Amino acid sequence: MKVIEGLKYSKEHEWVKVEGDIAIVGVTDFAQEQLTDVVFVELPEKGKEVEAGKNMGVIESVKSVSDVFAPISGEIIEVNEQLSDKPELINNDPFGEGWVAKIKIKDPVQLDALMNHEEYTKTCEAH
Amino acid sequence: MNFIPSTETEQEDLLKEVGVSSVRDLFNDIPDSVKIDKLDVEEALTEFKVKKKLEGLAAKNKILKSFVGAGSYNHFIPSVVDHIVGRSEFYTAYTPYQPEISQGILQAIFEYQTMICSLTGQDVTNASMYDGASAMAEACIMACSISKKNKIVILKSVHPDYREVVKTYCSAYSIKLEEVEEVSADEKTAAVVVQNPDFFGRVTDLSKIKEYIGETLLISGVIEPTSLFVLKEPSAADIVVGEGHSFGNGMNFGGPYLGIIATKDKFKRQLPGRIVGQTTDTEGKRGFMLTLQAREQHIRREKACSNICSNEALCALAATVYLSYVGKSGVNLGDVCLQRAHYLYNKLLEKGFSKVFDAPFYNEFVVKLENVRELHSQLLDKRIMAGVLLEDYYPEMKDCLLFCCTEMNSKEEIDELLGAL
Repeated sequence: MKVIEGLKYSKEHEWVKVEGDIAIVGVTDFAQEQLTDVVFVELPEKGKEVEAGKNMGVIESVKSVSDVFAPISGEIIEVNEQLSDKPELINNDPFGEGWVAKIKIKDPVQLDALMNHEEYTKTCEAH
Repeated sequence: MNFIPSTETEQEDLLKEVGVSSVRDLFNDIPDSVKIDKLDVEEALTEFKVKKKLEGLAAKNKILKSFVGAGSYNHFIPSVVDHIVGRSEFYTAYTPYQPEISQGILQAIFEYQTMICSLTGQDVTNASMYDGASAMAEACIMACSISKKNKIVILKSVHPDYREVVKTYCSAYSIKLEEVEEVSADEKTAAVVVQNPDFFGRVTDLSKIKEYIGETLLISGVIEPTSLFVLKEPSAADIVVGEGHSFGNGMNFGGPYLGIIATKDKFKRQLPGRIVGQTTDTEGKRGFMLTLQAREQHIRREKACSNICSNEALCALAATVYLSYVGKSGVNLGDVCLQRAHYLYNKLLEKGFSKVFDAPFYNEFVVKLENVRELHSQLLDKRIMAGVLLEDYYPEMKDCLLFCCTEMNSKEEIDELLGAL
């Protein structure tokens, strides 16, 4: 299982990469392993306001359907359209090409509530 | 797997877990006024007596010459349909979807889906639904899920019974339903629902409606599917729903019928129900299995846009056999229905009936005559069912009769009706 240093993590297994006032969001390597082969991603709508902890999309795998939760509140400014045709990018490169959405951060304080890579690793090990 | 019924202790534990004191408490949602303690039925009869009794009941039936359509159509069913549907491999109350043991039925459903797509001009369809009306209601829910809007506009020229079913479904989903005379849509409208040919038999150009409503989804209902043999495929619609009983299934006192729902490829993830797909097995051989199952509620749970996890496999099979048998000659069959209806229409006008609409029609039409209710009942005494009195559905349509002809109404039979006027 891969966990990257420098990223923020939610307990619902999303990762957040902060670039200025933008949060790039995806699901973690642990999450994609649990999901098994991803077959479809219902992307959030561009321009939509999302709220931290609330559902912003859905990932379907061969064995289950899971929500993608917004780790942080803000406006969706970009979604990874590539996932429509290549949902497997989530399995192949969850921290890179498999990113899901970019959120314009509304309240940077919310970032403090997320875990760092060490805390997140512990959470996963406890599973 | 063994079937082990639960013990009394287990039942008590289960009841305690859900927080009720008796099994009866589980049915508290049902009003007491409709609950019964004991069924008031006679003692069981012997097989011999049952047969006599049923024969007596059957003898009360009047065999009528029917010119009634309005949602249920009298078509010929070739004997090959019952022969194949009745085979023990198919004839089961359970729909066997397991690919390991059910390649036959899965292939039949796959063929059914292919035929429905080809007839409706849509890209994808499911393995069938309960009936046309529930398919129409499911299409409304589907449209709201696609568009993320919650208003449906339905034309009053859609079958009144269908509108009732749509109303019931919409109320449970908090969908705003608007019944209108003319097509209209605003930015809050998820979909416009039309029927083509409509309840009065009128044929509309769907592409003009689609052009007019733009982004709003168009749901088109096909309640007499043999019309698809002669009319342009409804490819302009975003979702096509229909009643498929005309294809090899009897009128059956109103059911079981065959619900059709088909849509464009881009909406396939919102499509309710089972879908059979074609694949290759580990040995590279062609095979069939259920596909896109993550749409359905056994996986998607409360987020699924439908609770349908089944289909009407036997009715769909009958339709498949029927369509394979009829093949391209379906065009002729449609033509016969159309010609007979037009023959009757023109003769009725000659007999003093007046026309009500100018629109082109397929096999159903409306005419008007003063005191038609009386005439209708006189003809019933002569064992002729002369159409449907529209006043019963539309109070403003006094003296209007909705007639239907199929290939079952021979020219002689039509002349007999005309002679009896």
